[in-house]
Amino acid sequence: MGGLKPGDPSVAGSALPVLRQRGQREVFCGLTGIVWLHRKIQDAFFLVVGSRTCAHLLQSAAGVMLFAEPRFATAIIEERDLAGMADANEELDRVVDRLLARRPDIRMLFLVGSCPSEVIKLDLSRAASRLTAKHGPAVRVLNYSGSGIETTFTQGEDACLAALVPELPATQAAAPESTPELMIVGSLPDIVEDQFLRFFAEMGIGPVRVLPPRRAVALPPVGPNTRFLLAQPFLGETARALEDRGAVRLDALFPFGSEGSFEWLRAAARAFGVDEARFEAVVAPARERATRALARHRGVLEGKTIFFMPDSQLEVPLARFLSRELGMIPLEVGTPYLHRAHLARELEALPEGTTLSEGQDVDRQLDRVRAARPDLTVCGLGLANPLEAEGLSTKWSIELVFSPVHGFDQAGDLAELFARPLRRRDMLKV
Amino acid sequence: MQLTLWTYEGPPHVGAMRVATAMEGVHYVLHAPQGDTYADLLFTMIERRNARPPVTYTTFEARDLGGDTAQLFQTAARQAYERYKPQAILVGASCTAELIQDDPAGLAEAMRLPVPVIPLELPSYQRREHWGAAETFHALVRALARRDIVRTPLEGRRPLANILGPTALGFRHRDDLVEIRLLLAALGVDINLVAPLGASPADIATIGQADFNILMYPEIGDTAARFLEKQFKQPIVRTVPIGHGATCDFICEVAALAGVDPAPALALGSRMPWWSRSIDSTYLTSKRVFIFGDATHAMAAARVARDELGFEVCGLGCYNREFAREVRAMAGEFGVEPLITDDYLDVEAAITAAQPELVLGTQMERMIAKKLKLPCAVISAPVHVQDFPARHSPQMGFEGANVLFDTWVHPLVMGLEEHLLTMFRDDFEFHDSAGPSHLGAGHGGGKAAAAPDSPQPSNSPAEEPEGWTADAEKELLKIPFFVRGKARRNTEAYAASQGIAAITVATLYEAKAYHAR
Repeated sequence: MGGLKPGDPSVAGSALPVLRQRGQREVFCGLTGIVWLHRKIQDAFFLVVGSRTCAHLLQSAAGVMLFAEPRFATAIIEERDLAGMADANEELDRVVDRLLARRPDIRMLFLVGSCPSEVIKLDLSRAASRLTAKHGPAVRVLNYSGSGIETTFTQGEDACLAALVPELPATQAAAPESTPELMIVGSLPDIVEDQFLRFFAEMGIGPVRVLPPRRAVALPPVGPNTRFLLAQPFLGETARALEDRGAVRLDALFPFGSEGSFEWLRAAARAFGVDEARFEAVVAPARERATRALARHRGVLEGKTIFFMPDSQLEVPLARFLSRELGMIPLEVGTPYLHRAHLARELEALPEGTTLSEGQDVDRQLDRVRAARPDLTVCGLGLANPLEAEGLSTKWSIELVFSPVHGFDQAGDLAELFARPLRRRDMLKV
Repeated sequence: MQLTLWTYEGPPHVGAMRVATAMEGVHYVLHAPQGDTYADLLFTMIERRNARPPVTYTTFEARDLGGDTAQLFQTAARQAYERYKPQAILVGASCTAELIQDDPAGLAEAMRLPVPVIPLELPSYQRREHWGAAETFHALVRALARRDIVRTPLEGRRPLANILGPTALGFRHRDDLVEIRLLLAALGVDINLVAPLGASPADIATIGQADFNILMYPEIGDTAARFLEKQFKQPIVRTVPIGHGATCDFICEVAALAGVDPAPALALGSRMPWWSRSIDSTYLTSKRVFIFGDATHAMAAARVARDELGFEVCGLGCYNREFAREVRAMAGEFGVEPLITDDYLDVEAAITAAQPELVLGTQMERMIAKKLKLPCAVISAPVHVQDFPARHSPQMGFEGANVLFDTWVHPLVMGLEEHLLTMFRDDFEFHDSAGPSHLGAGHGGGKAAAAPDSPQPSNSPAEEPEGWTADAEKELLKIPFFVRGKARRNTEAYAASQGIAAITVATLYEAKAYHAR
């Protein structure tokens, strides 16, 4: 195990060797995605079928942020369910009845599988069809797994969106040569989504669909005339499911920073035959604003070294953004999972000498952090304070998933997230 | 299956982590799937600990399940031993690993590690966090305590006590411990050890030296204390010194066991008695208070509320069934229905029905109170980042009693402020929609608070023979906003019970007289 292996040479941009070590992985499981997904799809409810640990995780990851009654809950498996004293399916039906009676506003219910439900092989897809038959058409019940044995953190969103794809209606035009439609895939804060929609409208691209939709009752159609842009780098399964429906992925950098946003929008402009001059004219003001916003942070970040612990799969595009637009030096870019095809262009843009690592042995990785003493370490909540106590500045990565960071007008905010810990370190005299 | 929106306790292995993290020289090897490492953030973020908890997770994935997860466990255990060189190792399984039945205990034993290996059997689908902590502490004490210790007679030397219960991630454990040390110092009692917090396995070995045990948190320390009582004939100090009166009782109980004079410790005193007797506190009289938390804190709060602040306890309950009997007994004594549940929705329903004027609860009840627009103070775990203040803020001892007075009374409208609000009700800044100033501007008190009480589109009383007459509505508006909702409900309930269709000013005052306490 371990050691440097060259990447697959058949895929462009994979020249960098990848370090793979096996040990403790200090990552969230896919259930965590519920924390942002339930805010995004406003008439959906997420019911985890799992253990007290699952409920405790969600509460710990989300608890401090939520004072409203959340649209997620856990059906906690108990001893009697395991001992066969209660029929787990009957129990689940009873829990869903109680839940839907309490929340009549819910139109879509996700049964979310967990480690225990997977291990005991509770068939949630059968449960979902049974419950759809019972509560439909008012409520549609779907299922996906957010278990830690199958998913890491953002892969939970991938699993959720992939479960939505078979439910999407077909586009009107079935033939591939009919008028193309654009789909943005990946949950974005509404404000960012609206910015992108305005760009496409100004370029004359339409109709533009969004997955996930803000309301589950308004699912976007998909078909062979669908061209889709991934807004997030962690949507491998969703992309495959869309491709199975005939949709075509537009390859682009991910829309982080000015360059990423420009390339991402341009991929759509080109696919939809938008005149280059018109495209440039549409994005020019925002691009110029992004340039100005980034310049403010360059002084703090330029020449600083950065180490990414694996977390959200955003690591590779963020390292590309920080190195190319702010002059940072990525030492190691760790990611829980490296999707080579979707990241091909991103990997090409990483500077030489960057160590790529996939998976984790957290103890050995921390040894590398301590040896390298980077100016900034991007890591999860469990590691940040201990590293700070060792005198290493950190940026907690979960904020990168919860904050609006995509697009031209958030490029400065994204840079600020990395600059703030460094500025703070210099400000404090205590 | 149990539908759970919020949970009061984590799984039992989190309790074990709280014990391991509190101690020195202990490492916990936990067979657990990827993702269970979230628990680290409880310690590093909520409690702001500056080191990772001493826990190694095997973090197995689906692809490992077909292979050898047992091998994975042994590799993790060996690497953890080599890297951290602990004095003792705890081994166990989280909920998912429990299902795959790899037997961490047997696997660890087979490895013949050169330090004590203590297996933990924590059934995740039956038990919870506090039980897990209690069981872990008990297992450590059983395994590590030297049995051959013989105590010298107490005569001619200073008495020696163990302090049991404080852990990592405990509700004010850090500060409570300071207060207990202070009281023992005043009594002339020496401390043999504090455990789990700060104790090493070598310290635990000497636990039998103490003359008696002080049980700070029965939820965590009771099982071990009972074992020690049997093994070393160490009596247990059971009074939990939360509140002025309980602190005095605690001092007397310790003094009696130690054979020392309680007077120097009692003389330390708290401000609670005078603050409570001072004239501004008169308005606290018979405020209805709903209390919910872990059993120890809830029961202590009930005594303080009734005896030291003059509140009326209108609800009492706990979420940990292990201590249900004690809470039921106390609820009986207080003449209220005990609420023993860990279902957040049940607690919400009970608080709504009880219509308290103050809620003393956990962070969960704080959310409920916020929703119901009731003042609330937090008295118990589960913990939140706010429960780890930078300042010293104990619950126990005399300073704890001072803290209780402040933190429970401040959410209420101050006595003087209450009078001013009534006097200046029509003043533009004091008008109803200005909202309660003590809840802060962001509270949304304005419209939200006024909305349920605003008069219905008013027709003349002649056209509206049922419900509130215009005069009665007007009179209702003269009642301060923070009790108006209750006045409305009481009046309507009274009218319904008397078969009165139209509520007049007279009905309002009849109802007031009827409901007067």
